[in-house]
Amino acid sequence: MKYEIDELKTKVWDLRKDTLDIIVAGGGGHIGGDMSVIDALSVLYFRQMNVSPETANDPDRDYYVMSKGHSVEAYYAVLCAAGFLKLDEVKAGFSKFGSEYIGHPNNHLNGIEMNTGSLGHGLPVSVGIALAAKMDGRPSRVYTIMGDGELAEGSVWEGFMSGHMYKLDNLCAIIDRNHLQISGNTEDVMAQEVLADKVKAFGWHVIFVQNGNDVKQLDAAFEEARNTKGQPTCIISNTVKGYGSSVMENKAAWHHKVPTTEEYDQMVSDFAKHKEAAANE
Amino acid sequence: MNKIANRKVICDVLMEHAATDKDIVVLCSDSRGSASLTPFFEAYPAQAVEVGIAEQDLVGISAGLAHCGKKPYAASPASFVSTRSYEQAKIDCAYSNTNVKLIGISGGISYGALGMSHHSAQDIAAMCAIPNMRVYLPSDRFQTRCLIEALLKDEKPAYIRVGRNPLEDVYSETDCPFEMDRATKIGHGTDVTIVACGEMVKPSVEAARILNEEGISAGVLDMFCLKPFDTDAVISAAKHSKAIITVEEHSLFGGLGAMTAQAVAAHCPEKVLEIALPDSPVITGTSQEVFDYYGMNAEGIAKKAREALRS
Repeated sequence: MKYEIDELKTKVWDLRKDTLDIIVAGGGGHIGGDMSVIDALSVLYFRQMNVSPETANDPDRDYYVMSKGHSVEAYYAVLCAAGFLKLDEVKAGFSKFGSEYIGHPNNHLNGIEMNTGSLGHGLPVSVGIALAAKMDGRPSRVYTIMGDGELAEGSVWEGFMSGHMYKLDNLCAIIDRNHLQISGNTEDVMAQEVLADKVKAFGWHVIFVQNGNDVKQLDAAFEEARNTKGQPTCIISNTVKGYGSSVMENKAAWHHKVPTTEEYDQMVSDFAKHKEAAANE
Repeated sequence: MNKIANRKVICDVLMEHAATDKDIVVLCSDSRGSASLTPFFEAYPAQAVEVGIAEQDLVGISAGLAHCGKKPYAASPASFVSTRSYEQAKIDCAYSNTNVKLIGISGGISYGALGMSHHSAQDIAAMCAIPNMRVYLPSDRFQTRCLIEALLKDEKPAYIRVGRNPLEDVYSETDCPFEMDRATKIGHGTDVTIVACGEMVKPSVEAARILNEEGISAGVLDMFCLKPFDTDAVISAAKHSKAIITVEEHSLFGGLGAMTAQAVAAHCPEKVLEIALPDSPVITGTSQEVFDYYGMNAEGIAKKAREALRS
């Protein structure tokens, strides 16, 4: 299912509402990261990636690995809109006893390639997938989104090394650079800057997206990644944690939280305003 | 004395199949020489991946390859691949159910003089505790061949530990009974059954010979399959023997002895005495020096059997 950029600009607000409803239905969720990453996920699934429920087992498909697996609610919302999952079933099952719709991606569910949850796993696995595609001469592109706090895991940098070593230009890593992690600002917890220079020094092509919650800017970055040959690309997507509502924007406390009824109403109202503004742009 | 180490046999079997199966991929973490896999890298460079000294990347990349239909064999010292990349084994291999075969080379105390950093005395416990991870410790070169041939036919993750040195043969070219996930019974002991795995099978067979010469009826169970554990074979042994001895190149915690005692206690209570590495850094020396020191040789095993029958 493909969306034009203008359509996607409003669609992401419906998806934010779906994400919110999943969290409320399940009584828990990593809401802040969901809201910062959902635009990149949307651009991947509705603009960039060659994958659909019909081609979910096609070896030539594009692959996505949700390295920041805790943002699963946003991922569920996008997978529902893309036809892999059913929103009613996700909402009914999320975090419930015996459900497959758990708090991190698991590949018993349609559309989910690999199980994640513990941080620092997605990039090495994606290197392996990209390597397999190269070995077999397949056209697949491979994407993984990591959180910025996740970059403190050493395995991420092992993946950066091997991605460069094997010149995996079919691999694109996205860093959801929202500057916050559960304990506070990333620069206070474990400083990431000078991030772009670090990743460049590992031999990757680096694209900095000034507004990582803008689907147009993200789409352009993914196009540049697609056209970059001989090396993998890392997109540093400068986002706002909790983007979409003043209730949660840039507040570390909203890393994992369920809104009260009043907060929920405020968020829904804020999303609607954003959607209207996007439609009128 | 056999001069062919089990790790070399693994390379031979993989090379034989790689010629016709292009999906076989061998990965090393600067360990191709230690793993005896240099010939594979030279013969099949397009099916070989070097990741450098980075075990987490090794296992993660293997899982990604397997997800796309490849058949990765990731070889790295057992001490590192069993615990440095433990989480990748748990999540990327076992939980995601990818067809990754982890080869722990120089397992147990193979690197005797290098110290505890290089010993893997807890890999059985660690790997067995992961749901959907299978664990194998073959006892000689013939059984290693049978095991790798069997593993090439399935699509599930597994951890295989082999030692560094060539081992004396337990079986032969023409006589190597092998059934996947079933312990191999060597002799029948009405007095004592020795349950052993990996490098400890040969001295156990020798111990059984000594005991039988003394008029003590002793048999051996080669439990190469630590997981899935052959509980039936252990129960049967407990039923027909007066005592069970377990021998393993591993810690007492969560290994062969613990699993055997667990099975016996639940199904057929009988005396189980365990021989294992101590709960402390292992003394420095060659494998044989270390085994002799801890009584992990034929005489030590026979002594433990006599003790079990006396008390």
